Amino acid sequence: MLEIKNLHVKLEEEDKQILKGVNLSVEAGKVHAIMGPNGSGKSTLSYVLSGRDGYEVTGGSATIEGEDILEMEPEERAAAGVFLAFQYPVEIPGVGNMTFLRTAVNSQRKARGQEEMSSTEFLKLIREKAKDLKIDADMLKRPVNVGFSGGEKKRNEILQMAMLEPKMCILDETDSGLDVDAMKLVADGVNALRNEGRGFLVITHYQRLLDHIKPDVVHIMSDGRIIKTGGPELALEVEHNGYADIKAEVA
Amino acid sequence: MALPQIKQDATEARLAALDLPSGNWSEAARKDAVSRLRAMGLPHARDEYWKFTRPDTLVQPDAPKAAVLEADETPVFGDVDCLRLVFVDGVFSVEESDDLALEHVSLDRLGDALDIHWAKDVYGVLEARGQTPVHRPLATLNTAFATDGLLIHVTGKAPKPINLVYRHESEGSDAILHHVVKIESGAELTLLENGPAAARFNKCMEVEIADGGVFHHVRAQGRDHERRAATALFTRLGEASVFKSFTLTANGVLTRNECVIELTGDNATAHVAGACMGDGDFHHDDTVFITHDALNCESRQVFKKVLRNGATGVFQGKILVKEGAQKTDGYQISQSLLLDDDSQFLAKPELEIYADDVVCSHGSTSGAIDEEGLFYLRSRGIEEGPATDLLTIAFLAEAVMEIADESLQEKINERVEAWLTRRRG
Repeated sequence: MLEIKNLHVKLEEEDKQILKGVNLSVEAGKVHAIMGPNGSGKSTLSYVLSGRDGYEVTGGSATIEGEDILEMEPEERAAAGVFLAFQYPVEIPGVGNMTFLRTAVNSQRKARGQEEMSSTEFLKLIREKAKDLKIDADMLKRPVNVGFSGGEKKRNEILQMAMLEPKMCILDETDSGLDVDAMKLVADGVNALRNEGRGFLVITHYQRLLDHIKPDVVHIMSDGRIIKTGGPELALEVEHNGYADIKAEVA
Repeated sequence: MALPQIKQDATEARLAALDLPSGNWSEAARKDAVSRLRAMGLPHARDEYWKFTRPDTLVQPDAPKAAVLEADETPVFGDVDCLRLVFVDGVFSVEESDDLALEHVSLDRLGDALDIHWAKDVYGVLEARGQTPVHRPLATLNTAFATDGLLIHVTGKAPKPINLVYRHESEGSDAILHHVVKIESGAELTLLENGPAAARFNKCMEVEIADGGVFHHVRAQGRDHERRAATALFTRLGEASVFKSFTLTANGVLTRNECVIELTGDNATAHVAGACMGDGDFHHDDTVFITHDALNCESRQVFKKVLRNGATGVFQGKILVKEGAQKTDGYQISQSLLLDDDSQFLAKPELEIYADDVVCSHGSTSGAIDEEGLFYLRSRGIEEGPATDLLTIAFLAEAVMEIADESLQEKINERVEAWLTRRRG
């Protein structure tokens, strides 16, 4: 599904290399987790994959189902199936959540040459999905993320994911700022979306999210590279011993 | 102090091109306005409050021509149930208007009104009060020479809004309209205005609101690219009365909207807001002066401007809190969204406060589209153009939401969306 080969990325504005040769392959139907200390390049990886400005790819490639995504505009990547659940979802005052979602769904359908969804069809679908995530009608009507609590913002991200049905979901520290109950609700939403055709890349500092979203593969990232890859037990090892041991072991 | 020769000449040249309507109750007010105008002179580019907006085309004797835009959409309030009154190039159209009859409201045309008329106590009176400390000579010119207008006396809750529709049909029309509105104690009216009115439009509206009266005002100034407008709204608010005015301006080569508000009764509320969208040859000026002269009053000014391709926006807003106007709550925000480097926003916020127990805040910003928001929308599959439009609507929303009636907010938003869509082609 997602194939990253020897990816090198620096900041556009300054001469600072962030990713120094990332290799990663996420198969359809699998959940991969990336863990790593602050500043290791995890969030940069998520931004580079989704097409945020400010980064320069200096080498390597990233493809979704064989299609190079690095040259695409952010909206083209979205239409190709990339979805990033933001660590800090952006507030957009004045734009209703529902309007935003319908515009997004129909933009993607249009880009893929599909017919736009009718408003009745859309309403039915969003009500159904929102209910699972305990998102009420008021939250759907309110401006995007404005006045939402931390948990509401993250649930709103998952609602977007559910509506847009991406092929490759990237979750950037979705657990940050969530209490245990909120995290469980978000994790249930993610788990409901797991299927044969969809890949997940879950970026997190802590093992606790991975108690709820069980990964197939765990990668440890440090200083712009993936330094160790293993099964779910690797996350537990980090939980007990911290990153220092792994870094020492690899060095 | 004698008027500078250049001003005197310009004023006399303009006066020479106009006839003073005579023979009814307004005559004394008109004559008084002529002498006041001669004393103050018409605006000049060197005047303090005309530094950002060139007044010459508004002052010159003949109106510069303005092409008439072919109607390609239904009028903004076209499907709102209201009493519809139509002016064509500044002349009231009896054929196209509804009858001048509405429950709890008396309506007269400016020229038709009988010799003894309630409007005598308001016509030119609020305008004259609004000349201190800043002169507003175009409004004085209006009081003197207005050729038409409506006198609206509201004695109860009007059952539906009054919609003044201003049609522009002649390339060289030069319209001077003066409306007087009096809201009696506990009465309520919603006034809607739309359309470009004329090639050059000078409009003055005086609104007297008695204790507990409520006045809602929503206007859309029309899309004719070359039209010019100088409008002035003077209002005086009694105790616990409410005044809410919103203006949408899309296009128009030159617009100067002045609003002069006097809060004279305790616990009164005055909100004035504007959203404008300019592309290219567009100059839009909001000049607001709010005087707090009573206890515990609230005022809000919310102005948002979207500017591109060299468009210019101006905001001059002042809050004056007089001695003794304690517990005043004043808020003023003026913001521009500059969609390119060629456009400019000039803002002059002012506060002058002589009471010690007040809350007044003001802010003014100029900025480009929010990159974070843009990336967020694009990452969800929305193309850059529509994403920018959504953020533009979002930017204007704070001003649009000042309209109390949600269905009217919706009408205004539809216009904003249509404008943006046309520009994307």
